Amino acid sequence: MSDTTNTHPQLTGAEILWATLAGEGTTTVFGYPGGAILPIYDALRKFPTIHHVLVRHEQGASHMADGYARASGRVGVCMATSGPGATNLVTGIATAMLDSIPMVAITGQVSSKVLGSDAFQEVDITGITLPVTKHNFLVTRAEDIAATVRLAFQIATSGRPGPVLIDITKDAQQASAAFDFEAAAPPKARPHPMLGTALTAHSPAIREAVAMISASARPVILAGHGIMQSGAEAEVLAFAERLGIPIASTLLGLGAIPAGHPLSLGMMGMHGESWVNHAIQEADLLLAFGMRFDDRVTGNLAHYAPHAKKIHIEIDPSEISKNVRVDVALVGDLKAVLQTLLPWTGADAQARRPWLDDIETSKGTVAVRDIQNLPDNGHLYAAHVINDIWREAVAAGREKETVIVTDVGQHQMWEAQYFKHEAPRSLVTSGGLGTMGFALPAAIGAKFACPGKDVWVIAGDGGFQMTAAELSTIVQEGLAINIAVINNGFLGMVRQWQEAFYDKNYSASPILSPDFVMLAQAHGIAGAHVSQREYVTETVTKARTSGAAFLINFQVEKEDGVYPMIAPGAALHEMVRRPHQDPLLETAEDA
Amino acid sequence: MLHTFVALVQDKPGVLARVASLFRRLNLNIVSLTVGESERAYISRMTIVCEAPEHAAHRIKASLYKLETTVDVDEVNRAEAVVRELCLLKVAAGPSMPHGAQSRSQIFELANVFRARVVDLAPESIMLEMTGSASKIEGLVQVLTESGYQILETSRTGRMAMRRGHHTSRVVKALGFNAGAGAAQRMRGPDFEEKPSSDEILPNEFDDVHEEEREL
Repeated sequence: MSDTTNTHPQLTGAEILWATLAGEGTTTVFGYPGGAILPIYDALRKFPTIHHVLVRHEQGASHMADGYARASGRVGVCMATSGPGATNLVTGIATAMLDSIPMVAITGQVSSKVLGSDAFQEVDITGITLPVTKHNFLVTRAEDIAATVRLAFQIATSGRPGPVLIDITKDAQQASAAFDFEAAAPPKARPHPMLGTALTAHSPAIREAVAMISASARPVILAGHGIMQSGAEAEVLAFAERLGIPIASTLLGLGAIPAGHPLSLGMMGMHGESWVNHAIQEADLLLAFGMRFDDRVTGNLAHYAPHAKKIHIEIDPSEISKNVRVDVALVGDLKAVLQTLLPWTGADAQARRPWLDDIETSKGTVAVRDIQNLPDNGHLYAAHVINDIWREAVAAGREKETVIVTDVGQHQMWEAQYFKHEAPRSLVTSGGLGTMGFALPAAIGAKFACPGKDVWVIAGDGGFQMTAAELSTIVQEGLAINIAVINNGFLGMVRQWQEAFYDKNYSASPILSPDFVMLAQAHGIAGAHVSQREYVTETVTKARTSGAAFLINFQVEKEDGVYPMIAPGAALHEMVRRPHQDPLLETAEDA
Repeated sequence: MLHTFVALVQDKPGVLARVASLFRRLNLNIVSLTVGESERAYISRMTIVCEAPEHAAHRIKASLYKLETTVDVDEVNRAEAVVRELCLLKVAAGPSMPHGAQSRSQIFELANVFRARVVDLAPESIMLEMTGSASKIEGLVQVLTESGYQILETSRTGRMAMRRGHHTSRVVKALGFNAGAGAAQRMRGPDFEEKPSSDEILPNEFDDVHEEEREL
């Protein structure tokens, strides 16, 4: 919208919305039209730089915006009409909230004149989303739209990121107002007042941290999502290498440092490898970088890392000592804090050699059971499938150009264990909320964010069916997304818990699925069934190189479990190993 | 234990819901919450009293700050702040009451002892107004009840709190009298490390300032 005169152009609220979104750098919007948002959709054609993706269900729109944000680091934008359209966004917004994803959700609302009258498709969406957004707005005047949208982008991205919802009444969309993008800029973001002044080398907390680090013989870094949010990947590596400190990752921290790095231990927590959790339990110092000690990574808090002092570097003051009492809190942006800390730590990587050797030894004894090294015994295991997808990518030199988007459940944990993430933002997964149905739509968002990368959906047969309607969106948008359905005929993680804790009472966990390949074909997507390990790699290559969407239905072992596993309430070192009578291990002993 | 927070928040629709929702989300019971105007335009002042474990105060304060509508938060405890509550009591009193014609004068006397004021007089009832700490109000209620008077209605505002001495000016300063510098200053160091000088402490204008409140 060029401004040829000195006065600012009069635009409708709908036009102001698009112009402001474009000004904020938005190029892709995921949404679904409806009555209360029609003026906005009507104005869309005037903004050719913005591509709108029509979803099949609004939940898909919020997951796509989320996947877009996770894969790119930019703000994801989704859009829906009032009432049911808005409520359908909620699961995706909550997913983004729990994982601190920058997102702006825009909903249409009934006209301000009838607000509160239970008008057709009216719902109090700002009330509904109040606990699952970082902030939300109700806009009833066209002149407020530009400033509100700009403020929403600032809130979504500043400090600890999160989703922001803007509810715009239909009359505000239709009314006209002067549009001035620059004047609508929000005041400088207010830092959280408890962040304190920037930490310097003279801050007592920094000095204390430095002393603790120097005194520590068995330190472990806990690498969280905050590393990528802060862009501190290089600083974390430099810090770890300088001091010789091993790095354990949370689920969302995977990829922050290359899995193949000698200091990388792998994932910690409920399904983390035993040497990772043992290292944490035996550590004398934990350095928590941008993570929040979720119950899935700590196990029983009473027995968590009993000998370790804890240093927590975190941008959100409300996370300090929430679950785990920390000895030193360095509140601030991780990258900046590490830059302050780094010069004051002595380079004594060799001093931790015995500790690293200890960990290496504990690795050696259990890695024997690592099923990725086991020979083909005629059964198809999900862990093999995922490991083969990784090996195929490595063989093709594409492992850093691959984004894996998982759903939630057993396959998600196998992915975290057996796909070795070398690059940041190469894993997109719903960690905090654990949203089944996330993978397929989030992968669409990730593909828009990274069109040049190979995007894989890895989903179970249960979660895939929750949002399978988005297959149609993939076709309409002509996206080359590869889909691996890990099909075991069960809600696998539910089944595993029922096996372990509910006396194998498989209540409502067996699930009937359609023929996923035929389902894909019905959408015009090619597909293949694989039930033998020997065909995994070639089918994966075929999918990856097909240049179009491709679905593979991997028919895997029905009653396989994710191991090791820490039972709820157990301490981190009390893990359950794969049972000895497991056919996988029998093969191992034969070999 | 009881925690008392003073929050300055933007005076906009829905802000009270955001604050209340936060406490609900943290699974904390609000004991009392008062909202009113502050010394600054478009900023409301809330005093929130809630029941929470001792170590929870930091997280509650940090979470309150995370609300975009929050301007400033302060946790105050009784030793360093004046905490007051306003109460209106309607007591049955009149010729037909048990104490008969004397009931009014007896209530006047009790009110005097507790520094409550009579603000309405009807043939069969008296309305008393009283400000003070919660325990003082409860004391009056108890004496009235034990003396055989029937309390027809009670309306209490819940607690309001304000720091003593120069601490209060810190809030004013942070709110823009010295914008920028003030905002930076208030973030420095632990809260109120410096002790107020003696001339900054106001004379005790109330004789009950050091009165113990019940179980804080």
